[in-house]
Amino acid sequence: MRITCPHCGERDRREFYYRGAAVDLDRPAPDAGEAAWDDFVYLRDNPAGPTRELWLHEGGCGAWVVVTRDTSSHEMLGSQLASEVST
Amino acid sequence: MRFSGLKVLKEGLTGNKGWTPHWRDPEPKAEYDIVIIGGGGHGLSTAYYLAKEHGLTNIAVLEKGYIGGGNVGRNTTIVRANYFLQGNSEFYSHSLKLWEGLEADLNYNVMHSQRGIINLFHSDAQRDAAARRGNMMISQGDDAILLSRDQLRDMLPYLNFGDLRFPLYGGLYHPRGGTARHDAVAWGYARGADQRGVDLIQNCEVTGIDIENGAVRGVQTTRGTIRAKKVAMVAAGRSGQVAAMAGMRLPVESHVLQAFVTEGLKPCIDNVVTFGMGHFYISQSDKGGLVFGGDLDFYASYAARGNLPTVESVMEAGVALMPMIGKARVLRSWGGIMDMSPDGSPIIDKTDIDGLYLNCGWNYGGFKAVPGSGNVFAHLIATDRYHENATGFRLDRFRTGRGIIDEEGKGSQHNLH
Repeated sequence: MRITCPHCGERDRREFYYRGAAVDLDRPAPDAGEAAWDDFVYLRDNPAGPTRELWLHEGGCGAWVVVTRDTSSHEMLGSQLASEVST
Repeated sequence: MRFSGLKVLKEGLTGNKGWTPHWRDPEPKAEYDIVIIGGGGHGLSTAYYLAKEHGLTNIAVLEKGYIGGGNVGRNTTIVRANYFLQGNSEFYSHSLKLWEGLEADLNYNVMHSQRGIINLFHSDAQRDAAARRGNMMISQGDDAILLSRDQLRDMLPYLNFGDLRFPLYGGLYHPRGGTARHDAVAWGYARGADQRGVDLIQNCEVTGIDIENGAVRGVQTTRGTIRAKKVAMVAAGRSGQVAAMAGMRLPVESHVLQAFVTEGLKPCIDNVVTFGMGHFYISQSDKGGLVFGGDLDFYASYAARGNLPTVESVMEAGVALMPMIGKARVLRSWGGIMDMSPDGSPIIDKTDIDGLYLNCGWNYGGFKAVPGSGNVFAHLIATDRYHENATGFRLDRFRTGRGIIDEEGKGSQHNLH
């Protein structure tokens, strides 16, 4: 599996660390309440199909990348820098 | 039809013409007392114990594929009860006891082999942790023996005692651990449930869960509408999709875990050996193949196949630990889809919807839990009370933060368990 880094282009999966679903981009306020934090920390849509997730290009440029990927086929559908994603 | 040595002998002498199918292939009825979504190991054992221990037989198990075609046939068949934390330890202890009586109970040879499991350790600190874990196992009533490096060398002389990156300090030996034949476990429970009147409906995918006024009414399937008083979701690997039909989001992320098997070899590895530092574990099947695996691929996946980095890492660790397997040829590899939960422990609970029950989140540990999971889940479905050995697997433990069972202290990230 190869992942496209917006800075470095298509790179081997080994260069990246997987964080999980791209929920980190939308962190609730500290006082948002139990349900909002449950939603953020634990609950996942976990789709069998296209999903957005966070990968760190730790063996490369060090950027956090939002990757759109199909979990059923491992097909890469797009990527952009997390710093450029508006939530 | 009952199996016996005499029956096998008679059939062998008369051309094996007297065997009959192990279970019926019924048409789904319009209504059942209980519908179980998922005909894997856990769903089948749930049906079996509902019938056997609670006298409930108006039950359908709905399987979208065929019996034995899911994760129950895609694992590395290890059976053990070596957990550390309360919540887990009494449950796996309960499950192991059920394993030990399973063949007589089911009248089915599941090839349960208590060949022992050895968890290796590689430092003074890991030895202390292993001793502590062993003491917890013993206080739970299970068995554990701390092996010194010399004792380990006597038992497993083929390990690399020379230049291994993580030197061998010893191992924690769990003699009652071992393996079982995974397909036979599915078939045995399927046959046992069927004989007690449970309908096993294969090629029947659930496409919707009917809920009215906060209570479950039945399911929509590719073979029509089936009404039910109670519905149990036991679809690990696809838990999220099934729960979504009931409007639920689960604390689960699905990951692929690969495993490998070599060509058949003469007996050489007598036990199950786990090499945590290298993310590698191995046993030898009764057919002679070395069955081994490692860690997740670490990204969410439903593909039931993984990628090369994990393959390489597993092979490297295996050959580093036991150089003798370097010449064995790998026959095939496969991937199973794991319900990874945020604390590494499963969920067996009621839901907020009346009559709807949930069993999921088995991480890597689903196979050994098949008897225990079905047994305690059947108890929950039949009585609406938690089984005494499964009071901790609550769905709300994440939301409330009370009762998290994080065996390895990894935190909330799903794929780190």
